[in-house]
Amino acid sequence: MAQVSATLGPLDITRAPEGGEIGPIQSGWKLAAREFARNRLAVLGMAILVFFVLFCFAGPLVYHGQVLVTNLNVTDQPPGTGHPLGTDDLGFDNLALLMWGGRAALTVGFLAAVIGIGVGALWGSIAGLAGGVVDTVMMRIVDVFLSIPFLFVVLIVAVKYGASVLGLSLVIGGYTWLVPARLIRGEVLTLRERDFVAAAKAAGSTQWRLIRRHLLPNALGVIIVNVTFNVADAILAVAALGYLGFGLHYPTQDWGDLLSKGLSYLQDGYWWLIYPVGACIVLVVMAANLVGDALRDALDVRLRRR
Amino acid sequence: MTAYILRRLGTSIVVVVGVSIFMFLLLHVIYPSPALDVLGPKANLAVVAAWNRQHGFNDPVAVQYLRYMKGLLHGDLGFAYKANQSVTSLFGEVWLRSAYLSGISLLFAVLIAIPLGVYQAARRNSIGDNVVTGLAFTTYAMPVFFLGLILLQLFAFSLHIFNFEASQSDSIWAIIGDWHSMALPIATLTLISVAGYSRYMRSSAIDQLAQDFIKAARAKGLPERLVLTRHLLRNACLPMVTLIGLSIPFLLSGNLLTEQLFNYHGLGLLFYNSLNTVDYNILLAYTLIGAVLTVVGNLVADIALTVADPRIRLA
Repeated sequence: MAQVSATLGPLDITRAPEGGEIGPIQSGWKLAAREFARNRLAVLGMAILVFFVLFCFAGPLVYHGQVLVTNLNVTDQPPGTGHPLGTDDLGFDNLALLMWGGRAALTVGFLAAVIGIGVGALWGSIAGLAGGVVDTVMMRIVDVFLSIPFLFVVLIVAVKYGASVLGLSLVIGGYTWLVPARLIRGEVLTLRERDFVAAAKAAGSTQWRLIRRHLLPNALGVIIVNVTFNVADAILAVAALGYLGFGLHYPTQDWGDLLSKGLSYLQDGYWWLIYPVGACIVLVVMAANLVGDALRDALDVRLRRR
Repeated sequence: MTAYILRRLGTSIVVVVGVSIFMFLLLHVIYPSPALDVLGPKANLAVVAAWNRQHGFNDPVAVQYLRYMKGLLHGDLGFAYKANQSVTSLFGEVWLRSAYLSGISLLFAVLIAIPLGVYQAARRNSIGDNVVTGLAFTTYAMPVFFLGLILLQLFAFSLHIFNFEASQSDSIWAIIGDWHSMALPIATLTLISVAGYSRYMRSSAIDQLAQDFIKAARAKGLPERLVLTRHLLRNACLPMVTLIGLSIPFLLSGNLLTEQLFNYHGLGLLFYNSLNTVDYNILLAYTLIGAVLTVVGNLVADIALTVADPRIRLA
């Protein structure tokens, strides 16, 4: 890009025809970043995500609430001094529980999304590049998985393998690769007809190198957008599993576990066990969706406002 | 047209068979035999082996699968060993309840989302549009059970308008008549679906508003109300047809969570309870039903779209 602008030579903007100004050429990523920064909702979403990452991962280092040893003198306390968000039925500090629960939820959400994208990107690019029977078979397999309601399979598998953070990430990630696989296959189908792919082939690239060096980097936009949406979906899935009681095993808890516990206190009016954790889930998922929407607008050239 | 339908039907059957193979293998790996459930956890190993042999659980997986599929084609969904009842009779008792909850929620969701989307497109970027978008975005980010929980707190425990539990009646007519109990489950599932649909409906309506036929309709002096209802509405609804077909798995998942939250004895709650007891024929059968519904839903949506939209030319 820089070379192109150099060969154009010095451009006298003042003498350029009106309405046809040519500015300095910027890389696509810089343009996308600028476009993203201009979107106020996206910046807000990003800020919320950063806040929650700090809250869940740095928070427990600063705030030492009791989450492991029961203290029956202070059960079900409303928010007050010593316990900014109250305590639960075992005397655990609710704010600290939120931090630890969020740590589990965010870790699983992120891991599941990365696993999903990794598998999906490989699957989609192999199918798209191979074409023919291989493509048909691989995409039929995706159809098969997409036809099974997500929650059903994940629940069945999670009963046995969902007890640990890694296990739960694999279970959820094992299901979130389907949509990315379809999208990336579509992207590869258009990319593989382009000249640079033909050039790479002519230069003797292996299929694997073609995928790794030429196709995936060009499909990176699609991949990044999908990671954010997948994080949102995975966090909702973790919450649903935790709520139904098939999530992580005690003492690791996530937000869904906390919410499910809070539900039994709905009639007692212990609001601090319900609404803070619910708000955490909604805020994180909403922020991830906002960022995803904005990234799609920023990276998709067709949608970009010029 | 016929060739297209036949081809789609063919791929649908392939997908359904694929789902059945995958689910059968998955459950087989997780849960090879129900012998201990029938004979008790302390059963003698020799007795367990004999029982497995007698009931065919020692046969190769392929043989077991083919036997299951043969039964399936005769309407036999297998035997639920924990519930000690055939799955067909178990489902026969409750499927209408789930069908009612999901069906009426889907209907309400479509009836709300379509006018809402048209309204948002017509009043684009107004306060009303932004409020609806914000609400839809928030609901979209909400776990189903959290939304249900808020509705419970508000309408059941604070205002005492509706019942906190879904109808427990056995007769479907009594359930349909029991608005007091069914309003909250239906509202929960409807709102979650509306949140999913309204974004698409809004953008579809905005796309259509920019088309020439809208300009023509306005130019001939048609009142805006008629432009929206007669010309915009029908065209903007077209993507909804596909979307509804695609959203069936989400609807079923939402149905499961809603039934669990409101203790509504339908297929979703039955599935949930069977997870605890690992009654695998129930798990297998409901997952297969869900997959078939999804495939059929997509097929019907595709065919309906070609009927509704004459511009779609099929090769």
